[in-house]
Amino acid sequence: MTALLAYTIFGLVTGGAYAVVAGGLVLTYSTSKVFNVGHGAIGMVMAFLYWELAENRGLPQWVASLLVVGVAAPLFGLLVERFVMRRLAGAPVGVTLVAGVGVLVGLIGVAQVVWPPQARPVRPFLDHLGVHIGGSYVSGHDLVTLACAVLVAGGLYVLLNRTRTGLAMRACVDAPELASLYGTRPHRLSALSWAIGSALAALGGILLTPVVQLDYVTMTLLVITAYTAALVGRLRSLPWTFVGALGLGLVQSYAVAYLPSSPGWIAFRAAIPALLLFVVLLAMPQSPLRIGGVRGSRGVAVPNGLATGVGAGLFLGVAVALALLVGPVVAGQLALGLVFGIVVLSMVLLTGYGGVVSLGQFTFVGVGAVTVARFGSVSPLTLLAGALVAAVVGAVIALTVLRVSGLYLALATLGFAQLMDKLVLQSPIAFGVRGSVQVPRLVESPAAQLLLAAVVFALVGIGVLAVRRGRLGRRMIAVKDSSAACATLGVNVRWVRVGVFALSAGIAGLAGGLFAQLRETVAASDFQLFNNLPLLLFAVIAGVTSVSGALLGGMLLMLLPVLQSGFPAFAGVAVVLLGVAAAGLSRDPNGLVSWLFRAWAWRRA
Amino acid sequence: MSTVQVEGVTVRFGEVTAVDDVTLTAEPGVTGLIGPNGAGKTTLFDVVSGLRRPSAGRVLLDGADITAKSPHQRSRAGVARTFQRLEVFGSLTVRENVVVALESRRRSPRLAEGLLDRVGIARFAANQADTVPTGAARLLELARALATEPRVLLLDEPSSGLDRAETDAFGELLRELSAEGRAVVLVEHDMDLVMGYCDIVHVLNLGRLLVSGPPDVVRAHEGVREAYLG
Ligand SMILES: Nc1ncnc2c1ncn2[C@@H]1O[C@H](COP(=O)(O)OP(=O)(O)OP(=O)(O)O)[C@@H](O)[C@H]1O
Ligand SMILES: [Mg+2]
Repeated sequence: MTALLAYTIFGLVTGGAYAVVAGGLVLTYSTSKVFNVGHGAIGMVMAFLYWELAENRGLPQWVASLLVVGVAAPLFGLLVERFVMRRLAGAPVGVTLVAGVGVLVGLIGVAQVVWPPQARPVRPFLDHLGVHIGGSYVSGHDLVTLACAVLVAGGLYVLLNRTRTGLAMRACVDAPELASLYGTRPHRLSALSWAIGSALAALGGILLTPVVQLDYVTMTLLVITAYTAALVGRLRSLPWTFVGALGLGLVQSYAVAYLPSSPGWIAFRAAIPALLLFVVLLAMPQSPLRIGGVRGSRGVAVPNGLATGVGAGLFLGVAVALALLVGPVVAGQLALGLVFGIVVLSMVLLTGYGGVVSLGQFTFVGVGAVTVARFGSVSPLTLLAGALVAAVVGAVIALTVLRVSGLYLALATLGFAQLMDKLVLQSPIAFGVRGSVQVPRLVESPAAQLLLAAVVFALVGIGVLAVRRGRLGRRMIAVKDSSAACATLGVNVRWVRVGVFALSAGIAGLAGGLFAQLRETVAASDFQLFNNLPLLLFAVIAGVTSVSGALLGGMLLMLLPVLQSGFPAFAGVAVVLLGVAAAGLSRDPNGLVSWLFRAWAWRRA
Repeated sequence: MSTVQVEGVTVRFGEVTAVDDVTLTAEPGVTGLIGPNGAGKTTLFDVVSGLRRPSAGRVLLDGADITAKSPHQRSRAGVARTFQRLEVFGSLTVRENVVVALESRRRSPRLAEGLLDRVGIARFAANQADTVPTGAARLLELARALATEPRVLLLDEPSSGLDRAETDAFGELLRELSAEGRAVVLVEHDMDLVMGYCDIVHVLNLGRLLVSGPPDVVRAHEGVREAYLG
């Protein structure tokens, strides 16, 4: 009984901290209609800043928290709103998502530059206080957390229901044009909500730091739980969000208490936030087919069959020349870049043509890699088997998550990536928690690897272009532009989506097999959730609508760690630049290559 | 020869009842569906084409209940529509828009030129669909719908964006289409078009069916004037 009480209190305390974070997320979403994927990263950076002030500079805890929550975080929120999000008003979900991921990755870069990795203990608040409730001890920090949650809940309630500004904010949610009737300009409201939202992210981050360790990624991904809570409130209702957050805190606390502590169950516990995210998403009502308004996008020109052939020939010629000229290290790196390029090709199909943003593409790479690794031998057939298994997994996932669309779909792929990582890729049937698997090579020398990757890239590229020019490509684009019109023309929208998802997963799986045999040693960490974010950003920056964009994107993705190990000082800066570039370029999905092509055409003209 | 019927259809959006217990039939020929803004015309089309589940009521095609069928199944059964707020595939060319519809019915893409010619927008065939004028985009939606060989054709304000000559040509096209045995339902604010080409007109007001009858009967009806004026 005592134990139950203790775990209940613990659950409510963490739930309270989640509620603070999730409340901020819902507030910004409902006034600006931009789902801030980077919300957790703002909390992370602010928690680091708090550490700097309170622990490193020795300011009193309350002064430090006041400075961070009351000054730094709101200012930062205003900056993000002004320079990133305001330009994105009314943009498609894919664009705002990419901008959010850009902010997230950029902030992680900032944190890495300013606060290089080291242990950073943070003292809890009011450590000397603390009370005994029915035989279990509740620390002063826990009390502070609960008090903050209650204050935030009450404060948001009063703000939204009892003040003129709050009423205008709520009007914004339903009809932005109405908000001006309240005498407030929508920009002001949106800026205000971003300031408050960031402050809440910071507060949540500070409250959670003594509980989880201060770390770039852990803190950032903690927000998955906040996403889930916010989705319980359908991204609108604050009361339901709070209920969701407390519920999630309790579930996690009870899971720690009552689930067995064998390795399998420990993995399961780690997967609980993602699992819940998934469950909440599946409980969402089916997204209605959106009706109203012409949508279209200008892709780069699709080359015809002849141009494709010439392009592929040129590309292979360059690859052969490079294989003859460069040393083994560079050849290996180029081969890796091409393998990543194939992964980006899978996104050209899914995101560039199909308009679906996936935050879990690397997971399919992992599935392909595991399949090939499990065969123990590598041949073109096992590579195809890897692609096939990934495609099947992709189809199954698509069937479960495709009832939701846009933002929810992207979050579902995020949850899926986390689930697969914790439950499958880290399990004994795949790589094991810290384990790795040896994979024999298909061809020995790095130069031969380069040629192999080049041939596969060329074949997949030709395939993707053929799909784009053909019946399936027209259908995919039609579904992206207007699923309602497609349905009334007799197209089974659902099957088109499942097909595209599976095909794209299959391509990623093929790349996974190539990756495994190129690397020779692969581990679950190669495919973890986090790797999806730079992948998405590079794909978008380079150009996710063209094969040449995929080539550039793959090479950039390969170069990032090379640069980071070559110039450690530059590592964080590179990540910051990546984030900034993505946030800036997210408007133009044709990316850098289209700029290059345009510059080229202009020179010739 | 096809008939579409809605029986006791009601659609609620929260508090608002957009369509309130409407029963009507559209037989081969041109059926007008008119009413002031917000009367529920588009919502009724959404129900017939399957994009929206009614809160109550049934939709019948040639006597068979299709209420539970999905939009693409209804399309295959012969229901096609155009949209008031345009839904052309903006990233594709005008011709490709029609080809998508032809392919969904396993018909030859080569039929696209003929269809574009028939509605009179062949000159835009190679243009990207989000760049053509509104009137042409509406005709493109019509060509696309015709590509599925519909028996029931729902047209939501097809003439807005057309000039006088184009509207007249469109009226003649309506006649041809219905003469081929189709049930054409026309939602339209252009009263000349409605009164000139419809065999029967249904008037909706605030979600309810106000009156049904031949054009001159409807024109003379007291309630119709009131609904439009006040
Ligand atoms: N998705 C929706 N959510 C809430 N209310 C809706 C929705 N769609 C339509 N309505 C409401 O239902 C009513 C009927 O709308 P509908 O678009 O069917 O009218 P209409 O007769 O087509 O009008 P118009 O001539 O302006 O096109 C209106 O009051 C409208 O505000
Ligand atoms: Mg309408």
